[in-house]
Amino acid sequence: MVENKKKVVLEQILVNGYFILCCVLFVIPMLLVITSSFMQDNEIRMQGYRLFPSVWSTEAYSYLFRLPQRIINAYRITTFTSVVGTIMSVLTMGLVAYPLSRRDFAYRNAITWFIFLTMLFSGGLIPSFIINTQILGLRDSIWAYLLIPLASAFLIIVMRTFFQQLPSELVESAKIDGAGELRIFFTIIIPLSKPVIATVSLFVLLGRWNEWMLTLLYITNEDLFTLQFLLQRILGEAEFVRNFLANFPGATHMIDTRSIPSLSMRYAMTVLAAGPMLVIFPFFQKYFAAGLTIGAVKG
Amino acid sequence: MVARKSPWKTFMKNKELLLLTLPALAYFFVFHYMPMGGIWMAFTNYRHVDGIFGSEFVGLQWFRIFFQGDLTRVTRNTVGYAGTFIILGVVTGVFTAVLMNAVRSKIATKTYQTIMILPHFMSWIVVSLILYIFLDPQFGVINRTLISFGIDPIWWYSTPEYWPFILTFMNIWKSVGMGSIIYYAALMGIDPSLYESASMDGAGKIAKFRFITLPSLVPLITILTLLALGGLFRGDFGLFFAVPRDVGALYPTTDILDTYIFRGLRQGLLSLNAAAGLFQSVMGFIAVVSVNMIVKKISPENSLF
Repeated sequence: MVENKKKVVLEQILVNGYFILCCVLFVIPMLLVITSSFMQDNEIRMQGYRLFPSVWSTEAYSYLFRLPQRIINAYRITTFTSVVGTIMSVLTMGLVAYPLSRRDFAYRNAITWFIFLTMLFSGGLIPSFIINTQILGLRDSIWAYLLIPLASAFLIIVMRTFFQQLPSELVESAKIDGAGELRIFFTIIIPLSKPVIATVSLFVLLGRWNEWMLTLLYITNEDLFTLQFLLQRILGEAEFVRNFLANFPGATHMIDTRSIPSLSMRYAMTVLAAGPMLVIFPFFQKYFAAGLTIGAVKG
Repeated sequence: MVARKSPWKTFMKNKELLLLTLPALAYFFVFHYMPMGGIWMAFTNYRHVDGIFGSEFVGLQWFRIFFQGDLTRVTRNTVGYAGTFIILGVVTGVFTAVLMNAVRSKIATKTYQTIMILPHFMSWIVVSLILYIFLDPQFGVINRTLISFGIDPIWWYSTPEYWPFILTFMNIWKSVGMGSIIYYAALMGIDPSLYESASMDGAGKIAKFRFITLPSLVPLITILTLLALGGLFRGDFGLFFAVPRDVGALYPTTDILDTYIFRGLRQGLLSLNAAAGLFQSVMGFIAVVSVNMIVKKISPENSLF
């Protein structure tokens, strides 16, 4: 028995040790982002990025907020497209998933196939781009963020599968009481489907918050930049300034290198862009996991 | 059932439900089916002024150019990475889940899971910046360390040989937390009495893993792998575009179909890259359909269609 206990303790030390090592591999890079954002550029140049800066400085943040308009604007655009885009998406997908879950809906198979086929085959990026810009006029339009990713065949199937499991007597008795389909959807289906609505909403919300590819493709107007895209943009700008100074030593007279904390600034921007979701989303991780498991079940 | 109803009666009976599907149907028509029609441009010399169906028809010219040119390199990269990611995704996911299951403290398990899942919530832009802290040629953690040991620094962003490993590592880093959770959930579902009776029969840890844990995960592993195989000709644009920072010197090992086509769009090589896109779609379609045929043979209840 004593032997056995020793074995268990040893096993726990090994397993936990492995995970603590793993977690260090995950946490250190994130901590480095935070500490780098509080470093002075001089120190980064001398010592490299460090976990324990000798001087803590908010210089990068104050530089970013000297011209806060761009950041505030990117937050506004990202928040707007995240909230409105998620509501539009979940509503559109829920409204189609409900009829598809009804066995007595005559067009069920045809519509399921119409949607499912888009998972198997696509026209590709270039034809989509041409149609979105030449015909639909989505270039430099906020609608690009809201409409292009409006619905996903996969998430519709996830929702439909969940709706199918609800007792059909509820719908039938509501119909006898004279309720219309739209009313049944909002007063019976939605309240009973909170888990799947939460999963799908968070899925969509994460995608919208982290959106930058649509900006890359369709947006040139700075006022419509998303947060993640602005982050990438600032990265490029800082790099440009540095390369410019490296290639033309004479240029140091024109721009004081130290006035632009280009190195720490990009990490201050990273904290601002990634921070909110990293704080909020882990609380909802069980819904993300639920989405993955539903997805593994037959559609 | 009763005698067949007339189409009009069927329509009248279903029109309310049909109405609910309209927004989604309109969406899929405009944003998915219209681009499918737009594929025609791959067979033309597309110009904005002439439109998709007004441009000059050139037959398979663009396919010939793509097949003789970049096809091999980008397809090899796309399929190579996708295949590697599928295999390593399963291995790291199962490995992590099994070890996670061995942790006794519930609080510890929860903490490890939460920390390892964090990268899932970051955009690839953020991940690329995190990586840059380590790989920055001048101030990065790795080169600083190398220099302090008197070793020459490595120019990461101009040496393509390192990138298959870097991209694979970053992909695992971002996805292993989420990936392991699904296997962990499956492990929780295994009947504990199986392990108890195995212990009574004198089975050790390894025997239990070999004869209980692994067999009960096999159906899940099979279905997830097969589903992932359908994406063999696609890659995560963010990983391959943002993480190597779109540096030209790295294209030999970082360029996949998705980034290749995107660059073609930027350069205005529209018809050529529409052809490359059609190649990608067709190959993807073949992959999904053949995978589905295999699934149907192995476990029909898990087949897609």
